[in-house]
Amino acid sequence: MKSERVKRPAKMWKQKFTEKALKFMAQWRLQGMVLPGIAFMFIFTYIPIYGVIIAFKHYTITDTIAGAPWVGLDNFKVILGDRYFMEAVVNTLGISLLKLAVGFFIPVILAIMIFELKDGPFKKIVQTISYLPHFLSWIILGGMLISWLSTSGLLNQLLLGIGLIKQGNNHLLAANQYWLIAVLSDVWKEAGWGTILYLATMAKIDPTYYEAARIDGATKWTQITQITLPFLTPIISLNLILNVSNLLGSNLDQTLVLMNSQNSAKSEVINSYVYRMGLTQGDFSYATAVGLGISLISMVLLLITNTVTKKMNDGESVIF
Amino acid sequence: MKQKTGKTVRENRLFNFLNLALLVVFTLIVIVPIWNVVVSSFTSSTALADGHSIFWSQDFTLQNYQKVFADTSIWRAFGISIAKTVVGAFTHVLFCAMVAYGLSKKHLVGRGFYTRFGVITLYFGGGMIPYYLLIRSLGLLDSFWVYIIPGMLSYYDVIILMNFFRDVPASLEESAKIDGASDWTIFTKIFLPLSKPALATITLFNGVAQWNDFMTAKMFITNQNLYPLQMKIYEIIVQSQTKGFDNAALTNSVVQSSSKGVQLATIIVTTVPILVIYPLLQRYFISGMMVGAVKE
Repeated sequence: MKSERVKRPAKMWKQKFTEKALKFMAQWRLQGMVLPGIAFMFIFTYIPIYGVIIAFKHYTITDTIAGAPWVGLDNFKVILGDRYFMEAVVNTLGISLLKLAVGFFIPVILAIMIFELKDGPFKKIVQTISYLPHFLSWIILGGMLISWLSTSGLLNQLLLGIGLIKQGNNHLLAANQYWLIAVLSDVWKEAGWGTILYLATMAKIDPTYYEAARIDGATKWTQITQITLPFLTPIISLNLILNVSNLLGSNLDQTLVLMNSQNSAKSEVINSYVYRMGLTQGDFSYATAVGLGISLISMVLLLITNTVTKKMNDGESVIF
Repeated sequence: MKQKTGKTVRENRLFNFLNLALLVVFTLIVIVPIWNVVVSSFTSSTALADGHSIFWSQDFTLQNYQKVFADTSIWRAFGISIAKTVVGAFTHVLFCAMVAYGLSKKHLVGRGFYTRFGVITLYFGGGMIPYYLLIRSLGLLDSFWVYIIPGMLSYYDVIILMNFFRDVPASLEESAKIDGASDWTIFTKIFLPLSKPALATITLFNGVAQWNDFMTAKMFITNQNLYPLQMKIYEIIVQSQTKGFDNAALTNSVVQSSSKGVQLATIIVTTVPILVIYPLLQRYFISGMMVGAVKE
């Protein structure tokens, strides 16, 4: 009796396995379409994840990843005493927070303003033009910025024109202006594109709300604060929270193109530091350790924000 | 009551006027700087140096463009950019579609495992350095294929296509199967043609990303003959900015001869394809943005 009980599940498992294997063989065409994708992800994502172990090794370019000697947490200990790394963290956080403070609500306001326009050619033109900068690469925008901010460039000419300054100077060489330049150029590039999500949400609001408000004599301003904004609040807060979890994220393209020897103390961010330490200076293990440390902190931030959003969203996760 | 309505009407008029005025200002803030670059690219270096050509060129010239087009390395970079955009976008969308088709079938053995395997790639990665070491060990450094192969699959796009394929009526597939069609035939003859809007959107987004991408070249390419336009511009701008125009140590012909006007002309040449394509296909871009947002 007892032996039978043990045997039967084993038999079933075996049978199930054979069934699955036969089914697998029968659908070899379908499997043949999926498996290359699995192999691709294994190579291009999972192998680099395994490669992260060099953060705990002393890896040089002539080593293999497996063969390099282990050094434990040595690389991480160096990070804590690294003045340049700390500088990069301060810059990353400073730029991210400033971006959040200056840039976060602009798309919301812009979306509401566009929403209040009557449908017609002007609305179309505003939308088309405002989305346009999103499609410029950071290299292109960087080149444009270098021109606008140069001594004889657009910004200085406008400031001279209205008499705010007496003499032009190159703003990209002024380190203390870099954060502002990084933030404002990013806002300029993405503000219009950021309205799409809000515009789509507003398009779903029942127009009878506005009709009723009009009959009651509500002003446009009242309509915005009493109808539009309450509808937008969930998506605004979700967006805000996702932004918070990405505080340590930085824009490598932007930094590489706008950084120069004069502003590097204010423009070096975590990503560009990893890039420089690893690929320019060849300190692969140290750069990987920095990257891993930052990823872990970001993951904690994401988990915290996920818990918060779950509470706000009736227990349902919006991130995972 | 009447008075109140009159006040409301007046207030709303004021609101509409201010709204319109502010949006005009906003549009100008976006368009004037871009216009300024266009104007500057048609202005001689001497006129650019005294800086009075803001809205209209003080000394119109085509010289900057002549210099750009006379440089064979720019033409070459243009060719590389077009090749990587076209080949990259098409291989990406076809590979993603193929994998998504297989994964959209509920009876696929191992489907649960496969999808979990894929979702993990959305949240985890090895980071910059291990990725670089992988590319190096695959022998993709200084190869054109580094632009194409590592970008062929994104699980994010696979999810979008999978959702699209699920909406294709099952009866279509069943009747094709009765006629003896194989999975591959059903995929290429039924699913791909029916999913044209989704495929077009993904191709467009990937194409723009390919055209604008410069990090791949910056990280993995040292052979200047393989530089795409974006990398060429990066080189021209950053090197001329950091090293100055007079530095004789610069070997590159464009860098040496590049004045601000030439740089801006190169920028315009690189941007024109986007400026032409984007307004025509704006609809697809926006719908693509929405598809992505719904998934999130």
